[in-house]
Amino acid sequence: MSDSHAVATTAEAGHHEHPSYQRHHFVSMEQQNETVSFGMWLFLLTEIMFFGGLFTAYLIYRNWYYPAFVAASHTLNIVEGSLNTLVLITSSFTMAMGVWCAETKRHKGLVWSLIATLILGLGFLGIKADEYHEKYVLHHIPGTTFSAEGFVHPNEEALKAGEKPLAPDMAAKTEVYFSLYFAMTGMHALHMIIGIALLSGMLFKAWRGGYMNGHIAFVENFGLYWHFVDIVWIFLFPLLYLISRHQ
Amino acid sequence: MPEHYEDHDVNAGHPESEQHIVSPMVYFIIFLALLVGTGLTIGASYLEMGPWNPVVAIFIACVKATLVVLFFMHIKYSSKLMKLTVGAGVFTFLILVGMSLADYFTRAWGQW
Repeated sequence: MSDSHAVATTAEAGHHEHPSYQRHHFVSMEQQNETVSFGMWLFLLTEIMFFGGLFTAYLIYRNWYYPAFVAASHTLNIVEGSLNTLVLITSSFTMAMGVWCAETKRHKGLVWSLIATLILGLGFLGIKADEYHEKYVLHHIPGTTFSAEGFVHPNEEALKAGEKPLAPDMAAKTEVYFSLYFAMTGMHALHMIIGIALLSGMLFKAWRGGYMNGHIAFVENFGLYWHFVDIVWIFLFPLLYLISRHQ
Repeated sequence: MPEHYEDHDVNAGHPESEQHIVSPMVYFIIFLALLVGTGLTIGASYLEMGPWNPVVAIFIACVKATLVVLFFMHIKYSSKLMKLTVGAGVFTFLILVGMSLADYFTRAWGQW
Protein backbone atom coordinates (compact mmCIF):
# COMPACT_ATOMS: atom_id res chain seq x y z
CA MET A 1 0.00 0.00 0.00
CA SER A 2 2.70 2.41 0.96
CA ASP A 3 4.71 1.25 -2.08
CA SER A 4 1.99 2.01 -4.60
CA HIS A 5 1.50 5.38 -2.95
CA ALA A 6 5.18 6.13 -3.35
CA VAL A 7 5.06 5.20 -7.02
CA ALA A 8 2.08 7.45 -7.57
CA THR A 9 3.82 10.43 -5.97
CA THR A 10 6.96 9.92 -8.00
CA ALA A 11 4.96 9.75 -11.22
CA GLU A 12 3.15 12.93 -10.29
CA ALA A 13 6.34 14.72 -9.40
CA GLY A 14 7.92 13.63 -12.69
CA HIS A 15 5.00 15.00 -14.63
CA HIS A 16 5.93 18.57 -15.49
CA GLU A 17 3.48 21.00 -17.04
CA HIS A 18 3.12 20.76 -20.81
CA PRO A 19 0.36 20.96 -23.43
CA SER A 20 -1.69 17.81 -23.96
CA TYR A 21 -0.31 17.33 -27.47
CA GLN A 22 3.29 17.22 -26.28
CA ARG A 23 4.50 13.63 -26.01
CA HIS A 24 5.84 12.85 -22.58
CA HIS A 25 9.31 11.82 -23.73
CA PHE A 26 10.06 15.23 -25.25
CA VAL A 27 11.61 17.96 -23.12
CA SER A 28 9.83 20.78 -24.91
CA MET A 29 7.50 21.47 -27.86
CA GLU A 30 10.50 22.85 -29.76
CA GLN A 31 12.27 19.52 -29.37
CA GLN A 32 9.14 17.59 -30.42
CA ASN A 33 8.57 19.78 -33.49
CA GLU A 34 12.23 19.55 -34.49
CA THR A 35 12.14 15.75 -34.14
CA VAL A 36 8.95 15.43 -36.21
CA SER A 37 10.30 17.68 -38.99
CA PHE A 38 13.59 15.79 -38.93
CA GLY A 39 11.75 12.50 -39.43
CA MET A 40 9.66 14.03 -42.22
CA TRP A 41 12.80 15.25 -43.99
CA LEU A 42 14.43 11.81 -43.74
CA PHE A 43 11.32 10.36 -45.39
CA LEU A 44 11.42 13.02 -48.12
CA LEU A 45 15.11 12.31 -48.75
CA THR A 46 14.29 8.62 -49.38
CA GLU A 47 11.60 9.84 -51.78
CA ILE A 48 14.18 12.00 -53.57
CA MET A 49 16.42 8.92 -53.94
CA PHE A 50 13.44 6.97 -55.32
CA PHE A 51 12.56 9.56 -57.97
CA GLY A 52 16.28 10.05 -58.62
CA GLY A 53 16.45 6.44 -59.82
CA LEU A 54 13.70 7.14 -62.35
CA PHE A 55 15.38 10.37 -63.51
CA THR A 56 18.68 8.54 -63.96
CA ALA A 57 17.04 5.74 -65.95
CA TYR A 58 15.35 8.36 -68.13
CA LEU A 59 18.60 10.23 -68.85
CA ILE A 60 20.52 7.02 -69.65
CA TYR A 61 17.85 5.75 -72.05
CA ARG A 62 17.54 9.19 -73.62
CA ASN A 63 21.26 9.08 -74.30
CA TRP A 64 20.98 5.60 -75.87
CA TYR A 65 17.84 6.06 -77.98
CA TYR A 66 18.18 9.78 -78.58
CA PRO A 67 16.19 10.12 -81.88
CA ALA A 68 13.29 8.07 -80.47
CA PHE A 69 13.21 10.14 -77.28
CA VAL A 70 13.27 13.43 -79.21
CA ALA A 71 10.46 12.34 -81.55
CA ALA A 72 8.34 10.90 -78.73
CA SER A 73 8.71 13.98 -76.52
CA HIS A 74 7.43 16.14 -79.40
CA THR A 75 4.05 14.37 -79.13
CA LEU A 76 3.54 15.61 -75.55
CA ASN A 77 1.05 18.40 -75.06
CA ILE A 78 3.22 21.36 -74.07
CA VAL A 79 0.24 23.65 -73.38
CA GLU A 80 -1.27 21.23 -70.86
CA GLY A 81 2.17 20.52 -69.40
CA SER A 82 2.87 24.23 -68.86
CA LEU A 83 -0.62 24.77 -67.46
CA ASN A 84 -0.04 21.94 -64.98
CA THR A 85 3.25 23.52 -63.88
CA LEU A 86 1.38 26.76 -63.24
CA VAL A 87 -1.37 24.93 -61.34
CA LEU A 88 1.09 23.02 -59.15
CA ILE A 89 3.27 26.04 -58.31
CA THR A 90 0.13 27.98 -57.38
CA SER A 91 -1.03 25.10 -55.17
CA SER A 92 2.36 25.13 -53.44
CA PHE A 93 1.88 28.84 -52.77
CA THR A 94 -1.65 28.35 -51.38
CA MET A 95 -0.32 25.53 -49.17
CA ALA A 96 2.47 27.78 -47.87
CA MET A 97 -0.22 30.36 -47.09
CA GLY A 98 -2.19 27.63 -45.30
CA VAL A 99 0.81 26.92 -43.06
CA TRP A 100 1.09 30.66 -42.32
CA CYS A 101 -2.62 30.86 -41.46
CA ALA A 102 -2.25 27.88 -39.10
CA GLU A 103 0.82 29.46 -37.46
CA THR A 104 -1.02 32.75 -36.93
CA LYS A 105 -4.28 30.97 -35.93
CA ARG A 106 -6.45 32.25 -38.77
CA HIS A 107 -9.29 29.75 -39.01
CA LYS A 108 -10.97 31.08 -42.19
CA GLY A 109 -7.66 31.67 -43.92
CA LEU A 110 -6.54 28.11 -43.23
CA VAL A 111 -9.80 26.60 -44.50
CA TRP A 112 -9.76 28.69 -47.69
CA SER A 113 -6.05 28.00 -48.34
CA LEU A 114 -6.66 24.27 -48.01
CA ILE A 115 -9.74 24.45 -50.27
CA ALA A 116 -7.68 26.30 -52.91
CA THR A 117 -4.87 23.75 -52.61
CA LEU A 118 -7.37 20.89 -52.93
CA ILE A 119 -9.03 22.39 -56.04
CA LEU A 120 -5.65 23.05 -57.70
CA GLY A 121 -4.49 19.52 -56.85
CA LEU A 122 -7.62 18.03 -58.40
CA GLY A 123 -7.22 20.37 -61.40
CA PHE A 124 -3.71 19.05 -61.92
CA LEU A 125 -4.96 15.46 -61.93
CA GLY A 126 -7.79 16.41 -64.32
CA ILE A 127 -5.37 17.91 -66.83
CA LYS A 128 -3.06 14.90 -66.39
CA ALA A 129 -6.00 12.56 -67.06
CA ASP A 130 -6.73 14.45 -70.30
CA GLU A 131 -3.10 14.00 -71.36
CA TYR A 132 -3.26 10.28 -70.55
CA HIS A 133 -6.44 10.05 -72.64
CA GLU A 134 -4.60 11.67 -75.55
CA LYS A 135 -1.90 8.98 -75.22
CA TYR A 136 -4.63 6.33 -75.31
CA VAL A 137 -6.14 7.77 -78.50
CA LEU A 138 -2.71 7.90 -80.18
CA HIS A 139 -1.84 4.31 -79.08
CA HIS A 140 1.11 5.66 -77.10
CA ILE A 141 0.41 3.61 -73.97
CA PRO A 142 3.08 0.86 -73.71
CA GLY A 143 1.74 -2.66 -74.03
CA THR A 144 -0.23 -4.68 -76.56
CA THR A 145 -2.06 -1.65 -77.98
CA PHE A 146 1.14 0.38 -78.44
CA SER A 147 1.90 1.53 -81.97
CA ALA A 148 5.05 3.31 -83.17
CA GLU A 149 3.50 3.66 -86.65
CA GLY A 150 3.20 7.45 -86.29
CA PHE A 151 6.97 7.71 -85.82
CA VAL A 152 7.83 5.59 -88.90
CA HIS A 153 5.27 7.34 -91.10
CA PRO A 154 4.60 10.79 -89.61
CA ASN A 155 1.37 12.38 -90.86
CA GLU A 156 1.22 15.53 -93.03
CA GLU A 157 0.91 17.79 -90.01
CA ALA A 158 3.96 16.33 -88.27
CA LEU A 159 6.05 16.45 -91.48
CA LYS A 160 5.12 20.10 -91.97
CA ALA A 161 6.28 20.79 -88.37
CA GLY A 162 9.71 19.39 -89.33
CA GLU A 163 9.29 15.87 -87.92
CA LYS A 164 11.60 13.33 -89.58
CA PRO A 165 10.51 9.69 -90.08
CA LEU A 166 12.38 7.20 -87.87
CA ALA A 167 13.66 3.77 -88.92
CA PRO A 168 11.30 1.05 -87.57
CA ASP A 169 13.83 -0.29 -85.02
CA MET A 170 14.47 3.18 -83.59
CA ALA A 171 10.75 4.05 -83.70
CA ALA A 172 10.06 0.95 -81.57
CA LYS A 173 12.22 2.52 -78.84
CA THR A 174 9.64 5.28 -78.38
CA GLU A 175 7.86 2.65 -76.25
CA VAL A 176 10.77 2.98 -73.77
CA TYR A 177 10.17 6.72 -73.65
CA PHE A 178 6.45 6.27 -72.99
CA SER A 179 7.13 3.57 -70.36
CA LEU A 180 9.35 6.01 -68.49
CA TYR A 181 6.84 8.81 -69.10
CA PHE A 182 4.05 6.78 -67.49
CA ALA A 183 6.27 5.48 -64.69
CA MET A 184 7.47 8.97 -63.76
CA THR A 185 4.24 10.96 -64.19
CA GLY A 186 2.27 7.99 -62.78
CA MET A 187 4.35 7.85 -59.58
CA HIS A 188 4.05 11.62 -59.33
CA ALA A 189 0.27 11.43 -59.81
CA LEU A 190 0.07 8.68 -57.16
CA HIS A 191 1.83 11.03 -54.73
CA MET A 192 -0.69 13.72 -55.67
CA ILE A 193 -3.61 11.33 -55.00
CA ILE A 194 -2.19 10.37 -51.58
CA GLY A 195 -1.63 14.07 -50.88
CA ILE A 196 -5.21 14.94 -51.85
CA ALA A 197 -6.54 12.21 -49.53
CA LEU A 198 -4.48 13.58 -46.61
CA LEU A 199 -5.45 17.13 -47.57
CA SER A 200 -9.17 16.26 -47.51
CA GLY A 201 -8.87 14.87 -43.98
CA MET A 202 -6.92 17.94 -42.88
CA LEU A 203 -9.48 20.27 -44.46
CA PHE A 204 -12.30 18.48 -42.61
CA LYS A 205 -10.46 18.87 -39.30
CA ALA A 206 -9.60 22.52 -40.02
CA TRP A 207 -13.22 23.22 -40.97
CA ARG A 208 -14.32 21.77 -37.61
CA GLY A 209 -12.00 24.28 -35.91
CA GLY A 210 -8.85 22.17 -35.64
CA TYR A 211 -5.20 23.36 -35.69
CA MET A 212 -6.09 26.56 -33.80
CA ASN A 213 -4.39 25.59 -30.51
CA GLY A 214 -0.83 26.00 -31.82
CA HIS A 215 -0.37 22.27 -32.49
CA ILE A 216 0.07 22.39 -36.25
CA ALA A 217 2.77 19.74 -36.83
CA PHE A 218 0.48 17.90 -39.26
CA VAL A 219 -0.19 21.03 -41.34
CA GLU A 220 3.52 21.90 -41.46
CA ASN A 221 4.66 18.40 -42.39
CA PHE A 222 1.92 17.94 -44.95
CA GLY A 223 3.16 21.24 -46.39
CA LEU A 224 6.65 19.76 -46.67
CA TYR A 225 5.23 16.74 -48.51
CA TRP A 226 3.18 18.90 -50.88
CA HIS A 227 6.17 21.11 -51.73
CA PHE A 228 8.26 18.00 -52.33
CA VAL A 229 5.70 16.75 -54.87
CA ASP A 230 5.92 20.19 -56.48
CA ILE A 231 9.74 19.89 -56.69
CA VAL A 232 9.43 16.51 -58.43
CA TRP A 233 7.22 18.13 -61.07
CA ILE A 234 9.65 21.07 -61.41
CA PHE A 235 12.18 18.48 -62.69
CA LEU A 236 9.75 16.20 -64.56
CA PHE A 237 8.32 19.01 -66.68
CA PRO A 238 11.58 20.19 -68.37
CA LEU A 239 12.99 16.66 -68.68
CA LEU A 240 9.93 15.10 -70.30
CA TYR A 241 8.39 18.03 -72.18
CA LEU A 242 11.04 20.64 -72.84
CA ILE A 243 14.64 19.52 -73.42
CA SER A 244 13.97 18.08 -76.88
CA ARG A 245 11.50 20.73 -77.94
CA HIS A 246 13.82 22.75 -80.21
CA GLN A 247 14.89 19.78 -82.39
CA MET B 1 11.11 18.96 -11.60
CA PRO B 2 11.17 21.58 -14.36
CA GLU B 3 14.41 22.94 -12.81
CA HIS B 4 15.99 19.64 -13.72
CA TYR B 5 15.46 20.32 -17.42
CA GLU B 6 16.80 23.83 -17.42
CA ASP B 7 20.36 22.51 -17.53
CA HIS B 8 19.43 20.44 -20.56
CA ASP B 9 17.55 23.00 -22.54
CA VAL B 10 17.76 21.68 -26.08
CA ASN B 11 17.43 25.17 -27.46
CA ALA B 12 20.18 26.71 -25.36
CA GLY B 13 22.74 28.02 -27.80
CA HIS B 14 20.51 27.22 -30.76
CA PRO B 15 18.50 30.38 -31.23
CA GLU B 16 17.92 29.47 -34.88
CA SER B 17 15.69 26.55 -33.95
CA GLU B 18 13.06 28.86 -32.49
CA GLN B 19 9.83 28.83 -34.45
CA HIS B 20 10.12 31.36 -37.24
CA ILE B 21 6.96 32.45 -39.02
CA VAL B 22 7.69 33.28 -42.64
CA SER B 23 5.64 36.25 -43.83
CA PRO B 24 3.13 35.95 -46.70
CA MET B 25 5.14 38.59 -48.58
CA VAL B 26 8.14 36.24 -48.75
CA TYR B 27 5.89 33.42 -49.97
CA PHE B 28 4.42 35.69 -52.64
CA ILE B 29 7.84 36.85 -53.90
CA ILE B 30 9.01 33.22 -54.11
CA PHE B 31 5.78 32.34 -55.92
CA LEU B 32 6.47 35.09 -58.49
CA ALA B 33 10.08 33.93 -58.84
CA LEU B 34 8.85 30.39 -59.55
CA LEU B 35 6.47 31.72 -62.22
CA VAL B 36 9.31 33.68 -63.84
CA GLY B 37 11.49 30.53 -63.72
CA THR B 38 8.74 28.52 -65.42
CA GLY B 39 8.44 31.16 -68.15
CA LEU B 40 12.21 31.20 -68.64
CA THR B 41 12.51 27.43 -68.92
CA ILE B 42 9.66 27.22 -71.46
CA GLY B 43 11.20 30.08 -73.46
CA ALA B 44 14.68 28.53 -73.34
CA SER B 45 13.33 25.23 -74.67
CA TYR B 46 12.50 26.90 -78.01
CA LEU B 47 16.05 28.23 -78.48
CA GLU B 48 18.58 26.11 -80.33
CA MET B 49 21.45 25.63 -77.88
CA GLY B 50 22.57 22.12 -78.84
CA PRO B 51 23.86 20.19 -75.83
CA TRP B 52 23.19 23.21 -73.59
CA ASN B 53 19.38 22.89 -73.76
CA PRO B 54 19.15 20.16 -71.08
CA VAL B 55 21.87 21.88 -69.02
CA VAL B 56 19.96 25.19 -68.99
CA ALA B 57 16.64 23.42 -68.26
CA ILE B 58 18.10 21.44 -65.33
CA PHE B 59 19.90 24.53 -64.01
CA ILE B 60 16.65 26.54 -63.94
CA ALA B 61 14.85 23.58 -62.31
CA CYS B 62 17.59 23.41 -59.63
CA VAL B 63 17.22 27.14 -58.88
CA LYS B 64 13.43 26.73 -58.59
CA ALA B 65 13.78 23.66 -56.36
CA THR B 66 16.28 25.50 -54.13
CA LEU B 67 13.84 28.39 -53.69
CA VAL B 68 11.07 25.94 -52.73
CA VAL B 69 13.31 24.11 -50.23
CA LEU B 70 14.72 27.28 -48.64
CA PHE B 71 11.52 29.32 -48.33
CA PHE B 72 8.36 27.19 -48.81
CA MET B 73 9.95 24.33 -46.83
CA HIS B 74 11.54 26.73 -44.29
CA ILE B 75 15.05 25.30 -44.47
CA LYS B 76 16.52 28.82 -44.52
CA TYR B 77 14.95 29.37 -41.08
CA SER B 78 15.68 25.89 -39.69
CA SER B 79 18.31 24.64 -37.27
CA LYS B 80 21.82 23.67 -38.36
CA LEU B 81 20.87 20.01 -37.87
CA MET B 82 18.13 20.29 -40.48
CA LYS B 83 20.31 22.21 -42.91
CA LEU B 84 23.07 19.63 -42.57
CA THR B 85 20.61 16.73 -43.01
CA VAL B 86 19.12 18.17 -46.18
CA GLY B 87 22.56 19.12 -47.50
CA ALA B 88 23.96 15.64 -46.79
CA GLY B 89 20.92 14.04 -48.47
CA VAL B 90 21.26 16.15 -51.61
CA PHE B 91 25.02 15.52 -51.69
CA THR B 92 24.51 11.74 -51.49
CA PHE B 93 21.82 11.99 -54.16
CA LEU B 94 24.18 13.88 -56.49
CA ILE B 95 26.92 11.28 -55.96
CA LEU B 96 24.57 8.39 -56.78
CA VAL B 97 23.06 10.05 -59.87
CA GLY B 98 26.26 11.78 -60.99
CA MET B 99 28.45 8.67 -60.78
CA SER B 100 25.86 6.50 -62.56
CA LEU B 101 25.47 9.02 -65.39
CA ALA B 102 29.24 9.56 -65.66
CA ASP B 103 29.64 5.81 -66.14
CA TYR B 104 26.97 5.37 -68.80
CA PHE B 105 27.76 8.56 -70.72
CA THR B 106 31.48 7.75 -71.05
CA ARG B 107 31.32 4.04 -71.99
CA ALA B 108 31.57 4.81 -75.69
CA TRP B 109 33.80 7.85 -75.18
CA GLY B 110 35.80 8.62 -78.34
CA GLN B 111 34.23 5.81 -80.34
CA TRP B 112 31.84 8.01 -82.31
